Amino acid sequence: MELFNPNSNIDFMRWRKVSLGVSALLMIVSVAIIFVRGLDYGLDFTGGANVEVTYENAIDVADVRAALTEGGFDKAVVQTYGGTNDFAIRIVADEQATSTTEEASVVANDKIAVKVLEALHAKRPDAKVVNSEFVGAQVGDELRSDGLVAVIFVIAGISIYLWIRFEWRFAVSAVASEIHDTLITVAAFALTGREFDLPALAAVLSVVGYSINDKIVVFDRVREIFRSSRKGDSADILNRSVNSTLSRTIMTGVTTALAVGTLYFLGGPALENFGLIMLIGIFIGIASSIFFANPVLLLLGVSKQDLMPVTRNDPELERRP
Amino acid sequence: MNDYPRWKHILVALVAVLGVLFAVPSLYQKQPAVQVLANKSAVVDEALKERALQALQTRKISFDGVEIKDEHLLALFPNTDSQLAAASALRTDLGDNFTVALNLASTVPQWMRMIGANSMPLGLDLQGGVHFLMQVDQKSVLDVQEQRYVDDIRSLLRDRNIRNAKVNRAAQGIIVQASSSGDRDAIAAAIGKDLQDLVTTEGPSIGDQPSLIAKVKPERIKQIADNTIKQNVATLRNRINSLGVAEPLIVQQGDSRIVVELPGLQDTAEAKKLLGATATLEYRAVDENTNVAEAVRTGSVPPDSRIYYWKDGRPAVLKKKVIVTGDELVDASSAADQQTGTPSVSVALNSAGARKMLDFTSQNVGKGMAVVLVERTPEVRLVDGKEVRSAKITEEIINLATIRGVFSNKFQTTGLDSMKGASDLALMLRSGSLAAPVDIVQERVIGSTLGADNIRKGVTAVIVGLALVVVFVAIYYKVFGLIANVALLMNLILLVAILSIFQATLTLPGIAGIVLTLGMAIDANVLICERIREETRNGVTPFAAIRGGYEKAWATILDANVTHLIAAFGLMTFGSGPIRGFAITLAIGIITSMFTSVTGTHSLVALVFGRSAKLKSLPV
Repeated sequence: MELFNPNSNIDFMRWRKVSLGVSALLMIVSVAIIFVRGLDYGLDFTGGANVEVTYENAIDVADVRAALTEGGFDKAVVQTYGGTNDFAIRIVADEQATSTTEEASVVANDKIAVKVLEALHAKRPDAKVVNSEFVGAQVGDELRSDGLVAVIFVIAGISIYLWIRFEWRFAVSAVASEIHDTLITVAAFALTGREFDLPALAAVLSVVGYSINDKIVVFDRVREIFRSSRKGDSADILNRSVNSTLSRTIMTGVTTALAVGTLYFLGGPALENFGLIMLIGIFIGIASSIFFANPVLLLLGVSKQDLMPVTRNDPELERRP
Repeated sequence: MNDYPRWKHILVALVAVLGVLFAVPSLYQKQPAVQVLANKSAVVDEALKERALQALQTRKISFDGVEIKDEHLLALFPNTDSQLAAASALRTDLGDNFTVALNLASTVPQWMRMIGANSMPLGLDLQGGVHFLMQVDQKSVLDVQEQRYVDDIRSLLRDRNIRNAKVNRAAQGIIVQASSSGDRDAIAAAIGKDLQDLVTTEGPSIGDQPSLIAKVKPERIKQIADNTIKQNVATLRNRINSLGVAEPLIVQQGDSRIVVELPGLQDTAEAKKLLGATATLEYRAVDENTNVAEAVRTGSVPPDSRIYYWKDGRPAVLKKKVIVTGDELVDASSAADQQTGTPSVSVALNSAGARKMLDFTSQNVGKGMAVVLVERTPEVRLVDGKEVRSAKITEEIINLATIRGVFSNKFQTTGLDSMKGASDLALMLRSGSLAAPVDIVQERVIGSTLGADNIRKGVTAVIVGLALVVVFVAIYYKVFGLIANVALLMNLILLVAILSIFQATLTLPGIAGIVLTLGMAIDANVLICERIREETRNGVTPFAAIRGGYEKAWATILDANVTHLIAAFGLMTFGSGPIRGFAITLAIGIITSMFTSVTGTHSLVALVFGRSAKLKSLPV
């Protein structure tokens, strides 16, 4: 079965000004979304307490909120999950809760769950704490900066590798694509209003990994065609590389989407975000492989001379598997 | 096609067999169990087994079996509910002499375990339990150390007869104010010679007094911080062992954090109580005039003495008056004794402790002195809505030695059994003196039903994801697709096998990593198949197309996977638990996928098409 015309020759490069323009616009909008609207960081990042309670008999969310407000938790966020009996209650970290002495903090943590329960019991005695979670504010801060360091490390590592294996223009184009994909994916996720938690961060980094995979395949073809063709019209060669890798780009996208899609639909609340971000990221990654990465290469002025072997590949690496 | 080397066929077959062998144990689910261990003098025997059986039968708790195994009693249960009920029943019925712990018993056949094939350990998010992240307050330990150096400098000045100097602690270090610049240089020289852990710099003059700033050397600070965290880990491990949790995880994370994971536990209150315990030391004189055996038998001891016990139950009669407490001990380290070469522990006291020790030892040479470790576990209970604080105190002798000479701030305990014994003693001495305050900065309780739910959902996601990919690839690439699917399955098996061999804990993000790997592993086959199609379109023979397809795709596959590995390593570098689990799975998956989807499929392709000599077209 073949879904794609093997001789397709769509002139993507002709539309490069349009596609780069759209990409630039999307990136600007994404930055705006991320900074203005902001991400709804999860407990892992903000610090605070999360208490999951269950009622024996159904209760209205408003009643739970009212009970908490009366108990002094006016900033608590209440969410239902799985019906009208189960609620997750989020309380943002109080600086005092992470105080310096061991005993004080142990007591503070205990108190949150106990106090929440007290507040709920005041209205309805059939509430029960199922799960409780507490994250110190400092841990959350560190996680955010660690996450940023990890993203930078990944992008830097990949660009160094591409610089050595290909050429600096490819490294620049890949890094630009990474930033493009990450920004748009995170912004799209921010629009869903979901909580950005630890699995979500892992997903963003996986999107970087997935997207770079895609670019490499196209770049590999660019290099190959540049080397083998006699006349070296860059735009034409870049077009041919995108076209000849088109079916692979989409096929791999589909298989990966099938796999991570099951995480979104079947993985349960803990893996939902991971699946969703990967799905968005795969879509954006495919788009940027076709419409963004190669136009950037052309913009940087990639040419046949740049790829003719001064730095020929290590023959050991080219060896048959 | 018959040119595909035979050794590669053999390698693929061998890896496949080993993969299956080591992956299969993970199919055996662990069974909820309760483990009963004997404390102190009690023994695990048939009588205990009878009592346990009776405890279970009278309460009508269903169980699958009770057996005695390696010095402990193991009871197996069909579900976690009966396991929990049984644990509380056994705790009440068997009493304090036994530790009752929740456990998960492996059901992997013996012969598999013999060759090291075990099931993957499950993370807390999959089996339920309590997770704590604890922060050790290093600063308070450094404060104690700095105060000790202040004392040391003062006594040094006394020894050197340097008068009218002031020694104080300030934000920038220890400030020594001398009466003249000559004195200041003399002090700097003395510190440089005797207190080598300090570095001195000239400070600003205060009035007409020149000053000196002494700081603890960075390498010494690092050593102190290192010791603090190690000793906290050791202390926590000791305390948690008494809690009766099977397979607790207590590891250092970063410079100042400790992760504590207690699988199976659902109640944090008791765990927190133990984690929040504080320990102190007491040096006490041995009451030489009382016969220990006599005292234990009759229970009568002189009013100023008391009977204390070692951990193993040996008694000793000690004076009630404390010579020196843990607050006055500033360091304890183990080393080989310089004269005899036997294992020993060196102890350093601060000036107050040194004075008391000097007074005591000058009158008691030849007599015994014991060290008692006192643990205080805070208990906060709610009685009638009010908090009632109390503490449970346990005292235990950790060392008893004869005083060989007069000493003050520094002394050695020699004649210990082994270096291990010496370092254990040093660790205990430190834990009773330098214990840094520990904060719980993160806490997570995962219910056991939630864990089971997570496993079920995770496994469903893996199976459905795999099935979707398999069907899609088979339709699209026909025979080559089927071959790629075999490789994909093999990849899953190898991934599970490698995770099991390294006993890497499987967590929910780890399952996400597996699913992602399965989705992306097929990429190499997509690349190869597309290349083969291209070659075929260029009009080469089927065999040449296969060879060309694999050859040309390889460089791309390698580049793509190396960069993907870089991304996985990026995830691994920042040490947070769940993300690390995901990254490790991803990284292993990338490596195994390169083997299965390139070498593995090539081998299968050679087997399938190698024999048909007149192959006209390829089913790709």
